[in-house]
Amino acid sequence: METQTNKADNGVNVEALLGAREALAEAPEAAKFTWRATSEWLRGTHSRSTIDGFFGLGEEQRHRRQFIFDADHPEIFASEDNGPTPVEYVLVGLVGCLTAGIAAVAQNRDIQLNSVKATLEAGMDVQGILGMDKDIRNGFDGVRVHYDIDADASEDDIAALVAQSQKRSAVFDIMTNPTDVVVTVE
Amino acid sequence: MLPAPVQHGTAGAVDVVIIGAGHSGLAMSHCLTERGIDHVLLERGKVANTWRRERWDSLKLLTPNWMCRLPGRDYAGVDPDGYMGTDEVVEFIDDYAARIDAPVRCDTNVTGVSPLAGGYRVQTSRGEYRCRSVVLASGAFNRPLVPNVAAGVPASVRQLTPQNYRNPGQLPAGGVLVVGAAATGLQLADEIHRSGRPVTLSVGEHVRMPRVYRGRDIQWWMLASGLLDECIGAVDDPVRARRVSSPQLVGTEDRTTLDLNVLSRSGVRLAGRLAGIRNGKAQFSGGLRNVCALADLKMNRLLDTLDDWAESTGVHDAVDRVERYEPTRIDATTPLSVDFAGGEIRSIVWATGFRPDYSWLQVPVLDRKGQLVHDKGIVAAPGLYVLGLPFMRRRKSSFIHGAEDDARALTAHLAETLARNAGNAAAPAPGMAG
Repeated sequence: METQTNKADNGVNVEALLGAREALAEAPEAAKFTWRATSEWLRGTHSRSTIDGFFGLGEEQRHRRQFIFDADHPEIFASEDNGPTPVEYVLVGLVGCLTAGIAAVAQNRDIQLNSVKATLEAGMDVQGILGMDKDIRNGFDGVRVHYDIDADASEDDIAALVAQSQKRSAVFDIMTNPTDVVVTVE
Repeated sequence: MLPAPVQHGTAGAVDVVIIGAGHSGLAMSHCLTERGIDHVLLERGKVANTWRRERWDSLKLLTPNWMCRLPGRDYAGVDPDGYMGTDEVVEFIDDYAARIDAPVRCDTNVTGVSPLAGGYRVQTSRGEYRCRSVVLASGAFNRPLVPNVAAGVPASVRQLTPQNYRNPGQLPAGGVLVVGAAATGLQLADEIHRSGRPVTLSVGEHVRMPRVYRGRDIQWWMLASGLLDECIGAVDDPVRARRVSSPQLVGTEDRTTLDLNVLSRSGVRLAGRLAGIRNGKAQFSGGLRNVCALADLKMNRLLDTLDDWAESTGVHDAVDRVERYEPTRIDATTPLSVDFAGGEIRSIVWATGFRPDYSWLQVPVLDRKGQLVHDKGIVAAPGLYVLGLPFMRRRKSSFIHGAEDDARALTAHLAETLARNAGNAAAPAPGMAG
């Protein structure tokens, strides 16, 4: 295979990612990751979640530091607004995933990104969560993501970055396909 | 398998056993005969069996007639731009078998292939063969691939695959869910919709192409530009290249394009990939727009490539002007689920692909996913070869006209191996011939 000289620098180490892909093809067990979060109720609708360790490449791993996230609801829900609502975290997760994907795919395709901005919107009819109408679902009735991308590439090539990023996105998959969720209590 | 092989008078020792007498096996037979290599073709039914018994009534080839050629035999019919139906394909292949006088053993079902010192033992319903070399030419499309989610389909819903589907008359009245949007899924969705049954088409990743581009069949472009000859070693991701589904094409008299826009305009309802079936409800992915965007972008990249080639070769002036097509239109609201209990869907057609059947292959050459490990048709066991898999050596490998190059290359390798091992004491003893 020809070696190509990459000129674009989006700060993504594509060689490491491609190397990992090759290594994991040989050892598929190491590809099995477990992501974790812990959470504690504080007061009212306010809870605090902590992200710390995860499992991957066959062993326990740690983030460089602990990350803490407060979730709450706004005052119009008679809450204290100590943090974003959980559904807003879902949007953060989606865009974090898609944007990371765009950067990685751009790097792999040797496309220099100058700026990547996104705006997200999700509609929700709160009659669902308030239990007022069983025909209305609790969750989003749809999610709209709009990207504004300035890159050294054609319009089609930029569209292809966004499309490929969705194709490979974990959170896009989690949101568009059903996932088994098991909740237990002690 | 009870009778002794010798008593049958058919089985015995031979240099090469080709399993399957379809176009690939016959192309290989032709090449082996040219080199005077002793061989037989074992065929579970009759020549071109899959085409005779395991495909739907309206099926036409995705390639025009003029492209249908096998070693030493070009298309000689009166309709070069048409598309063969299954009867014509059978006739074409059957005629070829007769012309090359291929040593086909019909109604001989292979039940086991196992290693033997210096070769292989091939067990069949008509006795046992011993040989130095085996060519797997039993096809890539033996078993319909039905996703695991099918386990959740209620018993009241009739289910068919492209292997047992013949025509819409087999389906109960009422709604039909067609799963899969490659050539088969689109063709069946179209035909079933025309039969008056409301169709929902579940669409995952797919390959969109116009039937005719700038006045020429898209397959002409693919062949002339060299894309069909492209080697597997030249593509970035061979694993993915081999898994790409068949392009959304149909062979009709007016050479019409059949794409998702044509179907949705005619009233077929498009849904995302079938993601799961829970509590009697089919759930469709919310990613339909993206798989369509990907397919539109890829089609445009392909057309750009073809246009560049036309420009660089002077073909540009000999064909019609450059065209681009309407992006795939998706309704503002796409269905995310269908409740089987509602009676809206009475049957499902799983157009979700095929896989080869190697259940009889007792040689350790399958990977953890059950895929045959091979390098361009040279299987990871001495003297074992495979033919006719998608993009096996070249993009055209699974096409009828693609068989010749592959058969020639593998024959050369096989002949060399046989010559090297000639006189080897470990080779199967002569005198076993029945």
